[in-house]
Amino acid sequence: MATLTKQQIGSVLAKQGILIAFVIFMIAFTIANPKFLTMDNVFSVVRSSAILGVMALGVTFVVISGNLDLSVGSMMSFSTIVVLDLHDKIGPFMAIPAMFAMTLCLGAFIGFLVGYLRLNSLIVTLGMLSAIHGLTLTYSGGQNMDIADKEGTWFSVFGQGTALGIPVPILIFIALAALLGLTLAKTPFGRKVYAVGGNGTAATFSGIPRARTVFFCYLISAACVATAGLIQASRSLGSQNTVGQGLELEVLAAVILGGASLLGGSGTVFKTVIGVLILGFIQNGLLLMGLQFYIQFVVTWVIIILAVWLDIAAKRGKLWSAIA
Amino acid sequence: MQPNTLSRALANGAIWGFIVLELIFFSVAGSYLSISDQAFMDYDNMLLLLKQSAPIGIIAMGMTLVMVNGNIDLSVGATFAIAAIVLLDSMTWPIFAGLGDWVIPVAWLLSLLVGTLLGALNGLIVWKTGVDAFIVTLGSMLGYRGIVFMFNGENPTSHLNWTLVDFAEAEFLGLATASWFLLAVTAGIWFLMARTVHGRNAYAIGDNREAAVNAGIRVGPHMMINFAIIGFLAALSAVVFYSESGSVNPNDGQLYELWVITAVVLGGTKITGGAGNVIGTFGGVIAIQLLRKGLGHIGADTSTVNLVIGLILIAVLFLDRQLNIKGKEELKV
Repeated sequence: MATLTKQQIGSVLAKQGILIAFVIFMIAFTIANPKFLTMDNVFSVVRSSAILGVMALGVTFVVISGNLDLSVGSMMSFSTIVVLDLHDKIGPFMAIPAMFAMTLCLGAFIGFLVGYLRLNSLIVTLGMLSAIHGLTLTYSGGQNMDIADKEGTWFSVFGQGTALGIPVPILIFIALAALLGLTLAKTPFGRKVYAVGGNGTAATFSGIPRARTVFFCYLISAACVATAGLIQASRSLGSQNTVGQGLELEVLAAVILGGASLLGGSGTVFKTVIGVLILGFIQNGLLLMGLQFYIQFVVTWVIIILAVWLDIAAKRGKLWSAIA
Repeated sequence: MQPNTLSRALANGAIWGFIVLELIFFSVAGSYLSISDQAFMDYDNMLLLLKQSAPIGIIAMGMTLVMVNGNIDLSVGATFAIAAIVLLDSMTWPIFAGLGDWVIPVAWLLSLLVGTLLGALNGLIVWKTGVDAFIVTLGSMLGYRGIVFMFNGENPTSHLNWTLVDFAEAEFLGLATASWFLLAVTAGIWFLMARTVHGRNAYAIGDNREAAVNAGIRVGPHMMINFAIIGFLAALSAVVFYSESGSVNPNDGQLYELWVITAVVLGGTKITGGAGNVIGTFGGVIAIQLLRKGLGHIGADTSTVNLVIGLILIAVLFLDRQLNIKGKEELKV
């Protein structure tokens, strides 16, 4: 169409901007280093992004419902430590469900506070970040956790195994993304999440159980965190207490990069996956270009702000804000 | 008299009541549980507590201003680390070699300038792009931390200047240098918020930004100034702390934003903006430090401190909301 107006271009950019940026990045990195787009490299990037990605899937639900979850990092440390500890005590068969149950309890507690008591999610999850970290340290006594028999356990399959030639963490990530993507896009529950995040009061008046919806968003987030903890534990078979520290912000960065608004009501699982992959591939691409490891943080900073800025700018039709 | 005066007074005084409770609890529990013979409410112990509160406390004053505005700054910990590196590294730069001990004020100024600029950059982005402060400072928290690591990798940056250490360890009228800085900053920000036009505007913007715009307040520059102030204070905190310690790790200042926000929220500042004051924040800072010290005194380890502070933060939020709901219902009647 030759007659695209400026606004139409703007709205296409706003809707698919993140995808376009992703493609541009991939092309640029491939030109800079032909190794970038090889099967091996792509697998290794996606595999190392899987833990972050699985957590980001759950946080997407929380963010779309109009809340935040800053506790996922320390919750991931908790589930990693717990499953490693229980592995030797009650065996992997029992350890995994026990760890899931404990992590879900934490998620339910946060969901209760934010959903039913309507407390500010930023502060609640900030408090839980600290509290769960304390809980983890108390549980482990401050010691690193290790599995005694690292060779003879099938537990390592979640982090190190491959099936059909694809690493298991990637399969878990894809399966969860598909499951949660369908839940969000095609089920009544998914529509409720958007409604609650878009306009909570309107949702309440149209009979949507706001509290319960938020509660389940946090449960989903906790389940994703537990899965991420499982992958992490199984990959390393030993862990520090602080393994997930700081991940909450990277997760949030990926979700925001995917275009979910912190005000709630917008975002999709697919876009979050793109956000996660962008972060992973940028990190990898910069390394392959021979740049210093830490420059990725600076680049991530610039990209996050540019992405959100352009998103907002396209919506309001002006580049600069209207703040006087 | 407004109907919710009572609940507001309760909410404002709650932090001091909490501090008194902590003092009583740790004194009593300490006499049974503590290994040391020293009483918890020892005069020297309390002075030390004030000094140890300084790094978090100085930043918390700036955070009060920013949060009353309805914004938030997550990048203070990274700014703190950058300012510390500038402070310690600039003293070894060859261009300053001829200055002797006069290099100290130069290094201080440089460090404070860098902090102010980093803060102002956050503010400028918030102003010009209209992106939420949470996202902007979340990004710069990563970005500034990246700059810290790019400077010296994972190695610490160290420089000891004994004149500087002597100054930082000096005591004046019984209080340590760091304590004086904390008190001065508290007084300064209190004056700014309670007695100046800028302070009044800060509350107005946080309460209702649209109304503030309509009233002719230039919201953008105002917010930028506040971000510059918190950047300056993060650098000042680094200046005070690293003058004494003389060595900075690239991870230093991590999670400071959490401690600072916890202190500010405990002190009664609303996360949505429009309400809060530095006296409350001062109480919040002291309460947290008291908790850390007190739990250490009765033999609990850091894990318990984390657990307790997290839960108290949530409890305070809950109580605060209950008090506010009560106030609103009275207004309806």
